[in-house]
Amino acid sequence: MSATTLSALAAQLKAKQVSSRELAQQYLDRIAALNPALNAFITVDASKTLAEAAAADALIAAGQAGPLTGVPIAHKDIFCTDGWLTTCGSKMLHNFIAPYDAHVIQQFKAAGMPSLGKTNMDEFAMGSSNETSYFGAVKNPWNPAYVPGGSSGGAAACVAARMAPAATGTDTGGSIRQPAALCGITGLKPTYGLVSRYGMIAFASSLDQAGPMAPSAEDCALLLNVMTGFDPNDSTCLEREKEDYTRDLNQPLTGLRVGLPKEFFAEGLNNEVAAAVEAAVTELKKLGATTVEISLANSKLAIPVYYVLAPAEASSNLSRFDGVRYGYRAPEYGNLDDMYCKTRAQGFGAEVKRRILIGAYVLSHGYYDAYYLQAQKIRRLIAEDFNAAFKTCDVILGPTAPGTAFKLGEKSDDPVEMYLNDLYTIPANLAGLPGMSLPCGFDGKGLPIGLQLVGDYFSEAKMLNVAHQYQRVTDWHSRQPEGLL
Amino acid sequence: MSLSTDDVKRIARLARIETSDAEAQATQTQLNSIFDLIATMQAVDTRGVAPMAHAQEVYQRLRDDVATESDHRAAFQAIAPAVDNGLYLVPKVID
Repeated sequence: MSATTLSALAAQLKAKQVSSRELAQQYLDRIAALNPALNAFITVDASKTLAEAAAADALIAAGQAGPLTGVPIAHKDIFCTDGWLTTCGSKMLHNFIAPYDAHVIQQFKAAGMPSLGKTNMDEFAMGSSNETSYFGAVKNPWNPAYVPGGSSGGAAACVAARMAPAATGTDTGGSIRQPAALCGITGLKPTYGLVSRYGMIAFASSLDQAGPMAPSAEDCALLLNVMTGFDPNDSTCLEREKEDYTRDLNQPLTGLRVGLPKEFFAEGLNNEVAAAVEAAVTELKKLGATTVEISLANSKLAIPVYYVLAPAEASSNLSRFDGVRYGYRAPEYGNLDDMYCKTRAQGFGAEVKRRILIGAYVLSHGYYDAYYLQAQKIRRLIAEDFNAAFKTCDVILGPTAPGTAFKLGEKSDDPVEMYLNDLYTIPANLAGLPGMSLPCGFDGKGLPIGLQLVGDYFSEAKMLNVAHQYQRVTDWHSRQPEGLL
Repeated sequence: MSLSTDDVKRIARLARIETSDAEAQATQTQLNSIFDLIATMQAVDTRGVAPMAHAQEVYQRLRDDVATESDHRAAFQAIAPAVDNGLYLVPKVID
């Protein structure tokens, strides 16, 4: 693959140097070669991909191409895709052919971007390592003994290995940003409500948000232009004017106030990660930024709050999986109740069951005030910390994850240890703020390190500007794992 | 706070997930370590704080009362585990 940025690929397509079919075939060939080792895709269907690419070529030939028409993209297997197997990484949906398109899928189809397939993920997006997938763990392209992060681990791995020029992901507690960090790519979780959740299989509805994953911030800006937009089918989707997220990419950073939360640089942060993030701050200062220390005092409560609210919402959302209308049904059962209980016992994996049980418990009679209500109150305190911080800074900067990728199996037996991975990403979900991760270096083992930016509501263009300017003077985002092909 | 295996079995029953005694025991240990983590929020004084249910203060939109969907029954039933004559089949619930 010579050109990999989305704008370069789009330019080649427009200049007729390559057709969308040829481009799609190149990526399909690379997927066929690498996927057996990396397991980044659950479903690949070359004939569907090539048919979509041929349609894109017809649009280009007719002079009706949009900015990214003909550029292929991989979709997380959480998005319902008409006629495609859509599993959400679960045995419960191992045979589910979606009968309609998610709004995100509709948007990419309307933009003329062929789908390269459906990417692997933690089951129902519950996990930080991609090890809870029914279809097996994804391997990190930088070192296949390590996890890619999760839950959008297949998306991050396929972009890092250049099996796709870009991918969609979803982020409930860090599921775009943490795998982007662990795989050395750029990923953005937009402000809650900017992207429709219609057809995106629900985990925790007040937190779930879809976003782009790609090598660079410029790529993410172009993808965000496609993904966002009002959709009446999602009651929480915001009615706002469409924005051009590329508009501020080339603005200078002079006078930018970068807030450094002291709680994100405290105990528990790996030294190499801290050093790489601090080096990135130095680069931003050279570009004209200033720094200000801020405090997000309640952020240490984000994990306990999240592990009340997200399971509570999940226990409700996942009650729809009952073996009646779609998906898995237990082969043997007695009465209707037994059919539900056996179907759910056999169809869900261990982590999903754990979270359903936590949710059912915290919502049950006698415990609601102590858990659910208390968590909702602290959620407000966490959001208010951010509101106060944005009075003194334009963007908040810190590490995306406390460490780099860990070994497969290293944390899979200890749920609490696994949950601590999302320490720095969860606060933005609870507040509904946009957050992104971009590569800022490597550790001594050659594994990527991620830098996180959190912005005020609807400040995606500003965050992308900061990330793009950083990526103009650094090359971490264009590094690729060696020895793959 | 500590959950007993009976508590685990009771919650699993509420959630309609069949759970054996051995599974309940293994789950009990893990749930208790998770609830130890959750318990750290109990010490926070939240008197006077309004609960936050959602990131954006938005209200449910109302739409005109008109049909917006066409008939998808055949497509939706094609992916169901058991159907007959346009109906979803489940074990008999009324004798």
